Amino acid sequence: MNIFWTMLRRDLLLAYRRRADVLTSLFFFVIVVSLFPLGVGPERSTLRLIAPGVVWVAALLAAMLSLNRLFAADHQDGTLEQMALAPVPLALIVLAKVLAHWMVSGLPLALMAPVLGLQFDLPGHALGILVISLVLGTPVLSLIGAIGAALTLGLRGGGVLLSLLVLPLYIPVLIFGAGAVESSMIGMSPQGHLSLLGAFLLLALLATPFVAASALKIAME
Amino acid sequence: MMGINWFKYSSPATFYPLAGKLIPLFYTLAALFCVAGLYVSFFVAPTDATQGEAYRIIFIHVPAAWMSMFIYLVMAFWAGIGLAFNTRLSSMMAQALAPTGAMLTFVALWTGALWGKPTWGTWWVWDARLTSELILLFLYIGYLSLTAAIDDPRRADKAGAILALVGVVNVPIIYFSVQWWNTLHQGASVSLTRAPSMAMTMLLGMLLMALAAWMYSIAAALSRVRLIILEREKHTTWVQEMLERKP
Repeated sequence: MNIFWTMLRRDLLLAYRRRADVLTSLFFFVIVVSLFPLGVGPERSTLRLIAPGVVWVAALLAAMLSLNRLFAADHQDGTLEQMALAPVPLALIVLAKVLAHWMVSGLPLALMAPVLGLQFDLPGHALGILVISLVLGTPVLSLIGAIGAALTLGLRGGGVLLSLLVLPLYIPVLIFGAGAVESSMIGMSPQGHLSLLGAFLLLALLATPFVAASALKIAME
Repeated sequence: MMGINWFKYSSPATFYPLAGKLIPLFYTLAALFCVAGLYVSFFVAPTDATQGEAYRIIFIHVPAAWMSMFIYLVMAFWAGIGLAFNTRLSSMMAQALAPTGAMLTFVALWTGALWGKPTWGTWWVWDARLTSELILLFLYIGYLSLTAAIDDPRRADKAGAILALVGVVNVPIIYFSVQWWNTLHQGASVSLTRAPSMAMTMLLGMLLMALAAWMYSIAAALSRVRLIILEREKHTTWVQEMLERKP
């Protein structure tokens, strides 16, 4: 367990030392979301209608942009091999790295979403649901993304391939994440959608670290 | 045990000639079932009371949709065996199945659109079954691109296997989507547990076409696996001897 916290601290520290990388994907998120009113037109009712989907799709893309940072640097300088040789399960290390990745990519997205939601004229309670759905959903994106990042480690054109592999697997999270916000806007309870997101999160927490760890071992053979 | 060597054909060198013998057999069966199925579908099966003649597209659509899911399961099974037991042939089999599966998924989506236009009045709706079948196509494409992007064949096999196994969660979602979500796509007309809700001749035509699709898929996968074997084993003596024997 010690290793877990050490890894987490190390990755967060590394991210902190390279603030530009983290901020880039965050600004990508803001810019993509802000493009939609310009493309679709500033009609308030339309904006309110498309807001949940737009924010969620932009979150998906932003989460994906930062995914290849997850293992690439450690793979290049050989640290990853030493981690694989360490006397702790690789899945635990993967989990720590994914958690660090989420804290610097997913969590800021969720915290920034209300501001963007205001741009789209979302009512207050829908903003709250938007944040909750992102807090529940973005960790799933990081966890599933870890599998894709591990599978495409060190391949040419890995970034594009990564999106091809990971985006289809993101679809359920997108549907229920955006669905939660939509149902709260039309006055229905978003609880069902949020419960499903929570279930996805638990399943992903249980399964994906092991899958990603075995994918990493294959990549390092 | 009875002295049957179950693993005799798990070596590419022994499987290659066996596959060569089986391919014409399966192609013949596919052709026979296809001719019989098409005859029943077009000349024997009655016109549907509500849908008119347009319903006849199910004779292609339903078998393609069944096979698209089934091939994914078989592909994931062989990929998993290859991952777990490090057997070369099963990973090759998984790779050989993927293009056929992707093609049948595409056929299922395309014929579904052709059927949807006259019946539902639209080419496409974002209904649960259509969407999950589309994800299946993306998964096939992802598998094909991932294995194509990795130069080392053993790593390609294993990475592809992990992706195939992760994607398996989608197959039950497609299968049960019409029960879980009450969207536009109709429920299953054929079930093992209750009497079919369609005319017997319609069911017969559909089953014959499904058998034809099945036989075709086996034949196509076997032909492809033979090529994969040749490509990967080209440095071995048995391939070189065989190629010298018949120039």
